[in-house]
Amino acid sequence: MATLPSKPIADDVSLLVVLIDTNPFFWSTSSSSLNFHQFVSHVLVFLDLIVRLSQLNQIVVIATGHNTCDYIYDSSLDTDQVTGEGELPALYSFVLQRLEEFVDKDEKLGAKQEGLSEKRASSLLSGSLSMALCYIQRVFRSGPLHPQPRILCLQGSPDGSEQYVSIMNAIFSAQRSMVPIDCCYVGSHNSAFLQQASYITGGVYVKPQHLEGLYQYLATVFAVDLHSRSFLQLPRPAGVDFRASCFCHKTTIDMGYVCSVCLSIFCKHHDKCSTCGSVFGKAQLDAASDRKRKASES
Amino acid sequence: MNNSEKKRMNGEAEEENEEDVEDEGRDAWERTYTDERSWEALEEDESGLLQPIDNKAIYHSQYRRRLQSLSAASAASRIQKGLIRFLCVVVDLSKAAGEMDFKPSRMAVIAKHVEAFIREFFDQNPLSQIGLVIIKDGVAQSLTELGGSPEAHIKALMVKLGCSGDSSLQNALELVHDTLHKIPSYGHREVLILYSALSTCDPGDIMETIQKCKKAKLRCSVIGLSAEMFVCKHLCQETGGSYMVALDEGHFKELLLEHAPPPPALAEFAIANLIKMGFPQRAAEGSIAICSCHREAKVGEGYICPRCKARVCELPTECRFCGLTLVSSPHLARSYHHLFPIEPFTEVSARQLELSRVASKTCFGCRESLLTPGTNKAGPCAACTKCKQYFCLDCDIYIHESLHNCPGCESRRITPAAASVTMS
Repeated sequence: MATLPSKPIADDVSLLVVLIDTNPFFWSTSSSSLNFHQFVSHVLVFLDLIVRLSQLNQIVVIATGHNTCDYIYDSSLDTDQVTGEGELPALYSFVLQRLEEFVDKDEKLGAKQEGLSEKRASSLLSGSLSMALCYIQRVFRSGPLHPQPRILCLQGSPDGSEQYVSIMNAIFSAQRSMVPIDCCYVGSHNSAFLQQASYITGGVYVKPQHLEGLYQYLATVFAVDLHSRSFLQLPRPAGVDFRASCFCHKTTIDMGYVCSVCLSIFCKHHDKCSTCGSVFGKAQLDAASDRKRKASES
Repeated sequence: MNNSEKKRMNGEAEEENEEDVEDEGRDAWERTYTDERSWEALEEDESGLLQPIDNKAIYHSQYRRRLQSLSAASAASRIQKGLIRFLCVVVDLSKAAGEMDFKPSRMAVIAKHVEAFIREFFDQNPLSQIGLVIIKDGVAQSLTELGGSPEAHIKALMVKLGCSGDSSLQNALELVHDTLHKIPSYGHREVLILYSALSTCDPGDIMETIQKCKKAKLRCSVIGLSAEMFVCKHLCQETGGSYMVALDEGHFKELLLEHAPPPPALAEFAIANLIKMGFPQRAAEGSIAICSCHREAKVGEGYICPRCKARVCELPTECRFCGLTLVSSPHLARSYHHLFPIEPFTEVSARQLELSRVASKTCFGCRESLLTPGTNKAGPCAACTKCKQYFCLDCDIYIHESLHNCPGCESRRITPAAASVTMS
C-alpha cells in the first residue's frame, strides 16, 4: 500500500543519507591521489557543512563494506557527545571511532571466508542502498512534516555484476518514492549502475577529475537542497549507456534476442534458454513430454 | 466491524442469502450496531483513559494473509509468471454504471481507478500492452487499440464517459476474442471486465462464446460492482480467471490493483519464443532529427533504432519503420523481481524476541526500536529465514511490496559456491 506523500517541513530542509565505500580491496589498490584517510577527512568536513546549513537538516551515514554494511551515524539520535576528543569536534571523533569499529568488523567477517579471489573487489552497495531506503520510509511514516530525503553514494569500488538485480530493485523503489540517488564516483572507470541510478531517479552523477579537491565538488554540487537545485547548473549526464549485456558473453549488444519466459538476453538465436530451460517454438507441455520420453527410452 | 473485515480478507462476495435469513425489518446499517458492536473493542488503561485502537496489527495480519496465499500458489506447482501480457480492459458503461452507490457515480469511480491501474500496470509490466473496450447501448466498441503508451489510453477514456443502455457480455467477449486473436503466440492473453450491470443482453448463446474464449486461451477476470452473477462466475471458472465483487471504493481499488502484477500463468498458455529486440542508444546532445512518432524535427534527447536508424522519442516502443521492439535494459530489469522473488519473513512473537539474544532490539532496516513505545516490552516483528535478521512490521511490508530486496541478505557476502540462482 503506497502511503500518501506527507508534507516536507520547508523547502530547504533535507535529510541526507550518505553511503561511504570502505571496501579495503579498492582503497588499498587505488592508484589515484586520494587515500582513505584523506577521503574521510573531505567527507567529514562536508557532513559538518550540511549540519551547519540548517538546524533542521539531518544526516545519516551508512558504511558499505566488502562483507557487510552498517549504520555509522544518525544525527537525530540523542547521543551524549558534548565534548570531542582533543581538538576535533564531537561529530568527527564519533564518526571516526564508529568507522574504525566497522572496518575491524568487516575485516573479521572476511577472514572467515577463504579462497576469495582479488578480482571480486566490489562492495555491497545493494545492502546499504536497501538500508537507506528502509530508513527513508521510516521518515515518511514519522509524521505529517518531515525533511526532504535524498541519498548520496560515495563509491569507488567497481560494479559487482551479481548485484545487478538487487541494485535495479532498489533504484525502482527509490524512483517510486521520489528519492533522488546522487553519486560521486572516486574510482577509476565510470560505474554504469550508478549512472543509471542517477538518471532514473533524477539525481546527479559526478566523477571528479581532481580528487585532491573532492570537498569542493561535494560542497558545490551535493550540499544544496532539492528545491534549490532547479536554480543551479548541475553536471548533466553525458552518455548514459542503457544497452544490455548478453547473458552468454557479457558483451554489450544493441540488438538481441529476449526469452519471453524469463527475459534473459542472448546475442544469437538458441534452441533452448539457458536460464529457465524453456524450449523455444514448442509449447511447454510438448517439450516436457519429449524430455520424459527421451529419459524413459534411454 | 470484524465480520466485514473477515469477509474482505477472504475476498468473498457479499452473500445475498444473508439478508433473507436474518430479520427483514432491519437495514444493513442497523445490523452493524446489533451484530458488530464496535464499541466493545475499546480498551482503557490503568488511569481510565482510552487507549488508541491498534490498527497496525490488523493491517499487518491482512498483508501477511495476502502474501501467504500468493506464495503458496506459486510454490505449490512450478507455475511461471506471464511477463509479456496483452490485457484488454472492458468497462461497462451501461445505465447501471450511472448508479450513485459509489460516490459520485460508479462510472467516475471506475474511471479514476482505471487510470491509476493503467499507470501501475505499465510500471510493473513495461513490455506489455493494454487495449480498452467499452460496452454501451448493448454494443461493444473498441476505445483504443493494443498499445504500450499509458497516456493515450487514459486520454481516450476520460473523453468518452457517458453511460446509457444495456450491457452485453457476449458482444464484449466476441470483440475481445477477435482483438486478442492476432497477437503473437508468446504473449499471455488476458481480459479484465469491470461489470456494473446485473444482466446481459446477448444476441446468441453466451456459453458458446465462453467456450470459444477458453479454447483461445484467454484468461478472463471480472470485478463486479453490484452483486455476484452466475454467468460471470462461470466465465471465470472456465477460463481460469478470478471473480471478485467490490464492497466499496477502497475495496474496488484493492481488487483492481491486484491485477497489476503478473498472474501465475500455466506453461501451456503461451509458447516460449525468442523475441528480437533492440536496445537503442540515446541520441547525441544537440543532434537534430525528424522523429518518427510526431513527424517533426526535434533536437537532442531521443533514441536511435539500431536497425533502421530512425529516431524515436520514448521507450519502450515499436519502431514505426522496421517493426523492431525497442526497449532499454531497465525496462527488462523492472520484471526481474517477479522472477527472483524474496521469501516471506516469519512472524516473531514478542515472547520469542525477548528470549532471543540480540544485543540491541532494533529493526535491521530502519533502526527503529522493536520495543512497544512507552514500555520495555518487545512488540511483534518479523525475521528473515535466510539471514535471521529482525525487521519491524512496516519494513516487512515495504520490503515485500516495493523494494523486493532483503537488506540483511544483501549485506552479507555469500561465497560463489553458495550463491547459485536457478530459475527452472
